[in-house]
Parts: sequence; C-alpha cells; structure tokens
Amino acid sequence: MRKLFIIALKDLKLIFRDPAALILMLLAPFLISLGMGLITGRFSGNANSWISSIPVAIVNQDKGELGKALEAVFSSEELADLLEPTFAATPGEARQLVEADQASAAIIIPQDFSASIIPDDSGSTSGETVQISFIANSNSPTYSGILRSILDAFLTQVEVGRIEAEITMSQIAQTGKLTPELAAQLGEALGMQLAHQSAQTPPIQLESTTATGAAVKFDLLMYFAPGMALMFLMFTVTNGGRSLLLENRTGTLPRMLQTPTASAQILGGKLLGIFLSAVTQLTILIGGTSLLFHLEWGEPLGVVLLILAASFAASGWGSFMATLFKTPAQVANFGSIIMLVFGLLGGSFFDMSLLPAWVSTLARITPNAWGLQGFTTLAGGGTLGSIREPLMALALMGIMLFVAASILMRRRGLAGK
Amino acid sequence: MAPILEVRDLVKKYDDFTAVNGISFSVDEGEIFSLLGPNGAGKTTTISVISTLFAPTSGDAIVCGYSVTKDPMAVKRCIGVVPQELALYEDLTALENLHFWGQMYGLSGKALSDRIVEVLEQIGLADKAKQRIKTYSGGMKRRVNIGIGLLHKPKLLFMDEPTVGIDPQSRRAILDSVKELNRQGMSILYTTHYMEEAQELSDRVGIIDHGELIALGTQEELTRQVDETDTLVLHIAENEDPQALVDRLQTLDGVRRVNVINHEISIITRSAQELIAPAIQEAEAAGIKIYSMDIREPNLEAVFLHLTGRALRD
Repeated sequence: MRKLFIIALKDLKLIFRDPAALILMLLAPFLISLGMGLITGRFSGNANSWISSIPVAIVNQDKGELGKALEAVFSSEELADLLEPTFAATPGEARQLVEADQASAAIIIPQDFSASIIPDDSGSTSGETVQISFIANSNSPTYSGILRSILDAFLTQVEVGRIEAEITMSQIAQTGKLTPELAAQLGEALGMQLAHQSAQTPPIQLESTTATGAAVKFDLLMYFAPGMALMFLMFTVTNGGRSLLLENRTGTLPRMLQTPTASAQILGGKLLGIFLSAVTQLTILIGGTSLLFHLEWGEPLGVVLLILAASFAASGWGSFMATLFKTPAQVANFGSIIMLVFGLLGGSFFDMSLLPAWVSTLARITPNAWGLQGFTTLAGGGTLGSIREPLMALALMGIMLFVAASILMRRRGLAGK
Repeated sequence: MAPILEVRDLVKKYDDFTAVNGISFSVDEGEIFSLLGPNGAGKTTTISVISTLFAPTSGDAIVCGYSVTKDPMAVKRCIGVVPQELALYEDLTALENLHFWGQMYGLSGKALSDRIVEVLEQIGLADKAKQRIKTYSGGMKRRVNIGIGLLHKPKLLFMDEPTVGIDPQSRRAILDSVKELNRQGMSILYTTHYMEEAQELSDRVGIIDHGELIALGTQEELTRQVDETDTLVLHIAENEDPQALVDRLQTLDGVRRVNVINHEISIITRSAQELIAPAIQEAEAAGIKIYSMDIREPNLEAVFLHLTGRALRD
C-alpha cells in the first residue's frame, strides 16, 4: 500500500513540474472562465455583483391581461436586479434602442395577444396565431439569450395553463353539467387566473430557491467555471494515461517492475496518481474561483464528494484510453479530441437542454455531463440528496472503466508479464 | 565457489521470433561475468528474463537460490539492475530520483538517507544532487542510472551496456567503478558489445550471437579456441571490388580463412608477419591498392570473428 502512494505522489510531483501541463490543467480553464466572466459582464461591477441591469425594451400593444402580465414579469421585483426594462411606445422606437446598443433585446407584444389565448364572453378565442416579436441585439448574445429564456418561460406557462383549462372545460362539458354560458364565464375566470399566475411565478430556469426558500440568483460563471474545469479535467486524466505509456517507453516502468514491487501495486500507483492529479486540479480550480470570482459552489460536503466522483470517473477514462493506443503521442492526440468532444457533449460550452434528446442521452457517457449536473445543482442550492444520481453515475462509470483498463493493461503487458 | 546465478536452457520467444535460444551459464559469487555479443544478439532479453521482467518461454534461472519463475519477488530483492536506457525521471533531481527508487527497493527513513549520501559520493555527484536530471550531461545521467541499481546493496548486479553513448572519460569512470564494486564483493553480470570492456573487466566471458551462447570461458580459454592464430587486416579503397583479391589470398600457404567486412579484408593465419609480403604481391596482381595493414593478436574480437565470420560491430 505504501508503494502505491509513493508512485502516485511521484506522478503528482512530475505533473506539477511540467509547465505545459500546468497551463492546460489550471491556467487555461481559469482564463477561459475569466473570459466568460468578462464577456457576460460578470466583472463590470463590484466583486460581489451578479449579472445585472440587462437593458430590455418592451412595447405592449395588447390591452388584455396577458400583455399586462408579461409586462409585470419583466418589471417584477424578483427580476429587478437582473433586468432594466424600458417601455417604448412603438416597435420602431424599441428597435432603435436595440440598434443603438441601448437594449439587449426588444419584446413587442402584439395587439391581440390576450384575445388569441383567453376566451371572450362567448367562450371563444380570436383563433388567430399571434406572435410576440423578439428582436435580439447581436452584440449582446448572452444577455439577449437570458431575456429570451425569460420570455420562453412565460410563454410556456401560458401555453400549459391554456391546455389545462381547455381539457378541464371539455371534460366538464362532456358531463352535461356545464352550460355554454357558464363555460364562457369559467373560461374567462381561468384566463384571468392564468394571467395572474404567470405574472406572479418567477421564470423557472433563471431563478431558483434554496432548501430554506431563500432566493438564489443566477450567475453564468457558476455554469462556465465547472464546465471548463470538467473539460480540462479530461486533459489531466489523458495526460496521466499517456504517462503510463511514456514510462514504458523510457524504461522507468520496466525498471519499477524489476524492483521488489508487485505489478498490481505499480498499476494501482499509476492509476492513483491519475486520480490524485484530477482531484488536485479540480480542488485548485474550485478553490481559486471561489476566492477570485466569489463563486458559491454550494454545500461543501456535496462539492467534495462531487470532486472525488468526477475525478474518479474521469481518471477511469484516462486509464482506459491509455489501453487503446500504442504510443504516448497517440494518446495525447486522441485525448485532445476527447477533451473537446466530451466538453461539447457534456455541456461545458452551452446548456445541454438546448441539445437534441439523443445527444443529451449520449452525453451521459461523459463525466462532464454528470459532473456539471451535480455542480450546477449544488450551486443552485441543491442538497447532498439532490446530487445522489450524478454521484452514483460517476462512481459506476469510474469502476467500470478502471476494471476494463486494468484487464487490458495486464493483457498488453503494461503491468508486467 | 557457489554460483549466485545459474541459467538453465533459457528460451524466450516472441511469436515466431526466438530472441534467446536455450542458453545456459552460471555466475559465481564475487565474479564479473560478461555477455559479449553484437546488437540484437539477445543480451538484453537474457537480462530481462533473469531479472524477472519477462517470463521465460522455457527453462529457468536460479538467482541467489531462488527461481525466477517460482519466486520472482525473492529474486528481485537480491538483484540490482542498471538498464541500457536511462530509466530516470528527468524532471526530478538526482536526489529525488534516488529517494524514489530507494523507496521502491523497500528502503526508508535514515537507512535510505544514509545510503543516498553514500551512493552520491560513490558516483561523484554529491555536489550536484539537487539539480534536475535534465540539466545533466549524458555521462552524469549514466552515473545516476548506475547509482540507482546500487542503492539497496544487491548481491548480484546486472549491468546492461552501461557505457553506450558516453564520452571516453565517463566510460573510464564507469569501468573503474565496476571494478571497485566487484572488489567490494558484488557479483556482476555485464553485457557489452565492446570487446575491450569485456577483456578489461571480466573473469569469464560468454559470447552470444543470434540468441545462442556460442562460446564460454575465461579469456585465455576463449582465445585458445582460435588456435593461436593472428589476424592480418588489409584496408582497401571503398571503390575497389575485393573479391578478386580474396580469391587469391585464400590460395596462399598458412591462410586459414579470409573474411571481408566493408573494405577490410581479414586474413586468419598462423603467422601474420609471414603473410605480409605475399599479400601485397597478390594485391598488386589483382590490381587492388592496399592503403594500410594491421596485425591483430588473438583477442575476443578474433574469437567472435573466428566463430561467426562477422565482426562484433556488425
């Protein structure tokens, strides 16, 4: 057991003496996260500021309840820190604000918006398809994306409410207990309630609450920082796998096998070295971003367990990849590709919910996807219980890959013959 | 004296290729035994098998009384290995390298620290111990490579071509250190393709070629095999075709064999002195110009040439 740690600590020391590895392990994810922070305006205010005061131009041409409700959402207290709405009189005026970079987007609520959804006195809607115009500022993609998300959340709630109301009324009408007159009154009441609900309910994707009910604000950096850390974690573990082949080539691995050390201990030490490197990298990145960017990663025990689980699963991949290739260069080249593919699949660059369902399913083979799910859940106020699924998935992934790697390494004679 | 190493009909095959083909030899305690042979002869494979790195295809080796196939861990505790390649961590210092490898040999604490100091003195790098290996010259790296093999004071040391690719000064230092280690009582199995090293160091020599041990004995015993023959070497121009001269030389009295290696014609004869004049005459008759001549008395090179018809460096 002692020799296992001797080998692992030697590997850890070697990694921290390799300037190129340090750049990719620590500096690159740090700088990219910093860049993301700058792009999203994370650092424009004081150190404790969140994304705030996103300028949005709103034109409400609808006289109905839903138009008012949407207006109310964008000027609600809950979003007061995040948004800075300007109510323009005409669509042209709103468009001008966008073109002049004075608004990140313009939202134009058309005249018949409410009428197209809420039934009138006769129980029917206008039947026309009415579209809300959303004019994005191409110079502000992140902010316009946030505004679009708020709008989408509102419209989804409206649509869900409308369908629920229709189903309810249809079922009651089928029983014969509802007259057409009553149905009209009920429809109007439901529409009113729906509009109020929409106005009162904060957007789901952008605002969540902690277990204690306190508001947790959205911070894009809280998404990018773990995303980047997990992506570059794949570099570290690939580098670790590569070191096994490199040691075999330079003669240090055969030399170890000629010492009175069991081959299982040597293999275990190498794999432990990969794991420790990964844990160290994630710990430094998480600690560093906490100190420098004032990120709140969530419940400490959960964060520690996630670091260990994500490192374990990623190390499994690193070890497994070392068994698939013959030369250290092949592992390094393929490792770079895997790092990017896993980063893309696993949501390091954009929200996985934007991807097609089959891609999201495929992404589950990556430690990035599960790790990111866990870290964002914790950052959003999740508890240890809420990250049970990613923890289990990462642990299982790691066990399977380590077992496969150990078998293949022995077959290839990397652990002695 | 009891053998510290006994190799018995050792065979190592890689698929269809036979790297070591049934070799047997023994190394006595306190002896320097050299395996002499050209590159690819099977020297490194032999050391790899008897140091337990690879399992033999058949046969066995008994090291310090333990079988490499049945009790490899006991064998590993008894031996030290100095591999041909520089098996070092370039980003660690010499001190850190020695510390790591000492721990791998089971040393720790004060015993390890003391031993590192001794080894650093022994290899003459005490004042540069805290420099990273990558800043060292080739000769210094070779010395650290040797030092690692000595850390746990092995009874039997395997040295696989430890002087490859280094300057003459470092080579001399290494050869002297091998002799010194032997004086201190260490048994050494030394592989080389340099005839001079085998001659200088060895109590006994095994000549290996194509995975087979083709001769074994003291230097005296081996040179006796060539039957007190001399070798007269004629150096001819690169653009000359030596065949006509070779045909003429083979007809001369006293000539036992003629070998051509590049543009050197080696004539194995009982007396080289007596053959100088006739050889020059035959060269003139064949229209070939001789640039220079050497007379070589019986040595291990001549033994190898005698046994294989090839030079060690081929």
